[in-house]
Amino acid sequence: MQDPDIPPLWVGCAAGFSGDRTDAAAPVVQALIASGQPACLIFETLAERTLALAQLARREQPEAGYEPLLPELLEPVLADCLAHGIRIVSNFGAAHPEGAARCIQQMAQRLGLRAPRMAVVHGDDVSGGAHQAALRQALGAGAYPQAPVVSANAYIGARAIAEALQAGADIVVCGRVSDPSLTLGPAMAHFGWAWDDWDRLARATMAGHLLECGAQVTGGYFADPGFKEVAGMAQLGYPIAVIEASGDCTITKPPGTGGLVSERTVKEQLLYEVHDPAAYLTPDVIADLTLAQVHQVGPDAVRLRGVRGHAHNGHYKVNVCYAAGWLAEGEISYAGPRALARAQLAGEVLRERLGHARDLRLDWIGVASVLGDDAGRWRHAQGQPSTGGSEPQDVRLRAAWLRPDKDQAQRLPREVNALYTCGPAGGGGVRTGLRARLGTVSCLLPQAQVPVGWRWQPPLNEPEAA
Amino acid sequence: MSHDHPPQQVPLYRLAHGRTGDKGNRSNISLIAWNAHCWPVLVAQATPGRVAAHFAARQPTAVHRYLLEPLQAMNWVLDGVLDGGVNDALNLDSHGKALSYWLLQMPVEVPPALLPHLAPA
Repeated sequence: MQDPDIPPLWVGCAAGFSGDRTDAAAPVVQALIASGQPACLIFETLAERTLALAQLARREQPEAGYEPLLPELLEPVLADCLAHGIRIVSNFGAAHPEGAARCIQQMAQRLGLRAPRMAVVHGDDVSGGAHQAALRQALGAGAYPQAPVVSANAYIGARAIAEALQAGADIVVCGRVSDPSLTLGPAMAHFGWAWDDWDRLARATMAGHLLECGAQVTGGYFADPGFKEVAGMAQLGYPIAVIEASGDCTITKPPGTGGLVSERTVKEQLLYEVHDPAAYLTPDVIADLTLAQVHQVGPDAVRLRGVRGHAHNGHYKVNVCYAAGWLAEGEISYAGPRALARAQLAGEVLRERLGHARDLRLDWIGVASVLGDDAGRWRHAQGQPSTGGSEPQDVRLRAAWLRPDKDQAQRLPREVNALYTCGPAGGGGVRTGLRARLGTVSCLLPQAQVPVGWRWQPPLNEPEAA
Repeated sequence: MSHDHPPQQVPLYRLAHGRTGDKGNRSNISLIAWNAHCWPVLVAQATPGRVAAHFAARQPTAVHRYLLEPLQAMNWVLDGVLDGGVNDALNLDSHGKALSYWLLQMPVEVPPALLPHLAPA
């Protein structure tokens, strides 16, 4: 069925999370143009909590709710993408895909470009009343949040993206979709594979998996001096997957950029956030990595092959986010002789002032701050660090406390501040923070119960005559 | 193994590199052999029991090891080690991103013949 002469599809990824570098796209787009091949650009900007934060932003300001950095991400490359037929697919719509689409339309108008054909994918938002009974049933009575639900979104698949591209969309704006579907959608539209061609779906899905965290496959999050050297980290090149008609792909990056693509960088990212490698679950396909191989096929070029696929499980994963109290944090530093003893005393004072709170977490930054769990078991297992001649000289106490309401939580920053005058000698550099916390519960909904699709974004109104 | 050449204790990072990912209250850590010489020793030494003991302070409810022979890599899945996960933990590193380097610190025993093939001390 597949035409072996179909040229490969080049998919570039210019963002791996909300808040990623905004100057990554230009070199990727230049490389896509230079390839002379069919190409697509994706931005992945939605982590687990990002969508709930976007819902909160939209409540404050009805026009908001999409990726706040969208203008910075897209403006440098929009003209080139439209001029060279490079399609753009992204989940930067977050909680407000129509708002993101309008922002892009206005951007094109402002830049004097032709109006892009914009498609908006819908169906991921299952926070409405229509889905509530199904969510309650899926989560079980005990797990459905008591606190107000902020967002409920299904990780939908590649089909709506593929259909919109096949209909001629220049840009496809999504909210929550499974991250690899951002790549599988364009591959489906380009190659015309059947939706049950599980091996090919799985291969393109893993290409998407390698792309979805941006520079994490091109030397970002990899460097370890003396063990894993990475040149040019300040100018990392973001990844490009060259996907073949078989679904196998080669990962590379734009010439002249920093970073590297090696078997090691690709292996680390291939297993990132994977659990059972025989069953990497997406709404489109179940990918099996057990026979996957990676081979360096050129400088900064690694080919992935051997991925196999199986039918998906017919469900969407749904994340339900809810208001989960307030996280209060405070820090203060102690230095020089007996720094740790004074920082520990400050912690004891804090604990007593907060009613001997057992759920107060205390860390000693510079001694033990991230390896331990909240109960402090790791630190206790290590024993006292201040033995021998290596007594720590620079220790920062950090306290963290989660309270259901803001007024209660506010007590922690106040008490940390008061350590200036009431705490041990020589404390300095107090910083405090207080922010709303979001909780998440997950469940599965049958795909048949979640209507998914796409629609054209209506054109902007003609500007009024002056 | 000859008694004249007792095994030597080295940290795991001399045999492998790795990366942590998280989902909910579950952490996954890849361990990737630096080279083909390191792989069989990695498989023999980085066992579920040893890794569970190394992470005892995090009280994992389950520890699974998945071997990926063609990649000379293994994937560790540790359940219940993130104090509820990114939304619930009070840890500065609520994702547990640093846990790969805790695993890489684990002592393992290697035959002396492997020493030339290890990453630097």
